[in-house]
Amino acid sequence: MNDIGDVRTAKIRGRYDAGVMEYKKMGYWQPDYVPLDTDVIALFRITPQDGVDAEECAAAVAGESSTATWTVVWTDRLTACELYRAKAYRVDKVPNTGPGTSTPQQVFAWIAYDLDLFEPGSIANLTASIIGNVFGFKAVKALRLEDMRIPVAYLKTFQGPATGIVVERERLDKFGRPLLGATTKPKLGLSGRNYGRVVYEALKGGLDFVKDDENINSQPFMHWRDRFLYCMEAVNKAAAATGEVKGHYLNVTAGTMEEMYERAEFAKSLGAAIIMIDLVIGYTAIQSMAKWARKNDVILHLHRAGNSTYSRQKNHGMNFRVICKWMRMAGVDHIHAGTVVGKLEGDPAMIAGFYDTLRETSTKTNLEHGLFFDQDWASLNKVMPVASGGIHAGQMHQLLTYLGEDVVLQFGGGTIGHPMGIQAGATANRVALEVMVLARNEGRDIWNEGPQILKAAAQWCSPLKQAIETWGDIQFNYESTDTGDFLPTATATASA
Amino acid sequence: MMTNTNQRLTQGQFSFLPDLTDPQITAQIEFALKNNWAVGIEYTDDPHPRNTYWEMFGNPMFDLKDAVGILAEINSCRKTFPQHYVRVTAFDSTRGVESLKMSYLVNRPTREPGFGLARTEVEGRNIRYRISSYATDKPEGERYGQ
Repeated sequence: MNDIGDVRTAKIRGRYDAGVMEYKKMGYWQPDYVPLDTDVIALFRITPQDGVDAEECAAAVAGESSTATWTVVWTDRLTACELYRAKAYRVDKVPNTGPGTSTPQQVFAWIAYDLDLFEPGSIANLTASIIGNVFGFKAVKALRLEDMRIPVAYLKTFQGPATGIVVERERLDKFGRPLLGATTKPKLGLSGRNYGRVVYEALKGGLDFVKDDENINSQPFMHWRDRFLYCMEAVNKAAAATGEVKGHYLNVTAGTMEEMYERAEFAKSLGAAIIMIDLVIGYTAIQSMAKWARKNDVILHLHRAGNSTYSRQKNHGMNFRVICKWMRMAGVDHIHAGTVVGKLEGDPAMIAGFYDTLRETSTKTNLEHGLFFDQDWASLNKVMPVASGGIHAGQMHQLLTYLGEDVVLQFGGGTIGHPMGIQAGATANRVALEVMVLARNEGRDIWNEGPQILKAAAQWCSPLKQAIETWGDIQFNYESTDTGDFLPTATATASA
Repeated sequence: MMTNTNQRLTQGQFSFLPDLTDPQITAQIEFALKNNWAVGIEYTDDPHPRNTYWEMFGNPMFDLKDAVGILAEINSCRKTFPQHYVRVTAFDSTRGVESLKMSYLVNRPTREPGFGLARTEVEGRNIRYRISSYATDKPEGERYGQ
């Protein structure tokens, strides 16, 4: 046996001889490769199987996410196969993994893909390669897509956000402060008539938007047309009561595209400024709705329902910053992107990276924020991040410091749960917001003086006083699971 | 009379706060100037939420970098139109923005009658809504008295 084996390996093997060959020998590992400006680049976090070296793992990921199969095929030679092969060109050990740590050794693998591997303007096609087969591949124990560099040439084949932050603000006539929203609660069970009541009260009290929750579609207790009609009554009545543009995100998520279009058309016919969809409808459906929204002058809100199934754990799945990139390309106007201080997962440095990805015209490499590449956004509109989940008026100075002003702050429980009623809850949030923006602009140190600034406003605003008395001490101090690799960070607390 | 929380129009970024004093307005102007934004002054007696083009009290002050001078302009506008809505805006010409970064009211009519909501019942349960300011029943310039 051994002799025969030796004889076989001794013979110099041709690249296209039949049989199995290491991926790195098939051309998927090219340490000297310099990525082109037009290449798509993906950065993966790989946990190799025992006994498989890092370069081979990286090459395997490159191979399986581009042209390779498990064995050599001669038909490669009918193509410009060297161009179409993805090229792993760099591997780095991930800090704080491997021997001496509690985490098995991980590596970052940098892989470049030629532009012609991807269909123009199709997130579905891009993702079918990048996160298609490869995540179930046996040669790696776990795999996570950490970041991508999308070349300008490819970005230019996407519509991008239907409206964008700048035009959304112009359409709403709201400048210089975060927008305020709330999700109707309880999220399931209200009738259309009762649901609209919550919307009206919150908008009249001072919010800009109210929102359907992700799982409000068309259920026995409230069918969609009923919800749309009552919500638009509420929106218009609140607009007349305040003289301000108001909106309610009407969730058009449904079982088929035809049903979604029908709901979106009805929303438009009622004069809705904004509609919403859930991430779970899929990339193609999202792109279709983004085109519809651009064509029909309607703002498109995306609820990231489902993302934590694959974005939360650090060793496998994909980082949310990649979802942010894909959704900016796909063309949504709003996306939930974390609160830092609220009830849902969110490390401050990581969230800063998400927000920059959504809002900047270009971003520089920033490892502390998890941004591995320089990214030029090629004039695609900016996406408005939405902060929602367990936030309240008492955190206003922290929210404004962490998240800036191009953001929708959504206080669901913090509006509807107010002891003096929904309008008072909305007023408390609006007053807290305006007083904090005013103070920030005046040059005050809101991070440290925030609580006093709120307390001073509570002297003349009893709804704010009550809100602070009810929730002032509420905080969610849990360690984040999705943290940076390059600096120790901690989840911010409301007591800071 | 308006029946919302503050019984007043809530357009602009500081409408839920007590009226800004001159020193407060000056601080906001200085914030705009520090960011290289051009301050503008606009007035109207048609506060419909979708009335985008208020009258400009001169062009945006691209070259005026002095908060005291800008406040003087604001006061001149308020003196000329004491019963109009007056807003101060800050324009950012940076690529990717090229729009307003601030907008806040610095003057209102003494009495704000608010808006009526007219419903036209159309097919099925659908309703077409029309929001109109009670003040705009009168011609421009005669809506809120002197």
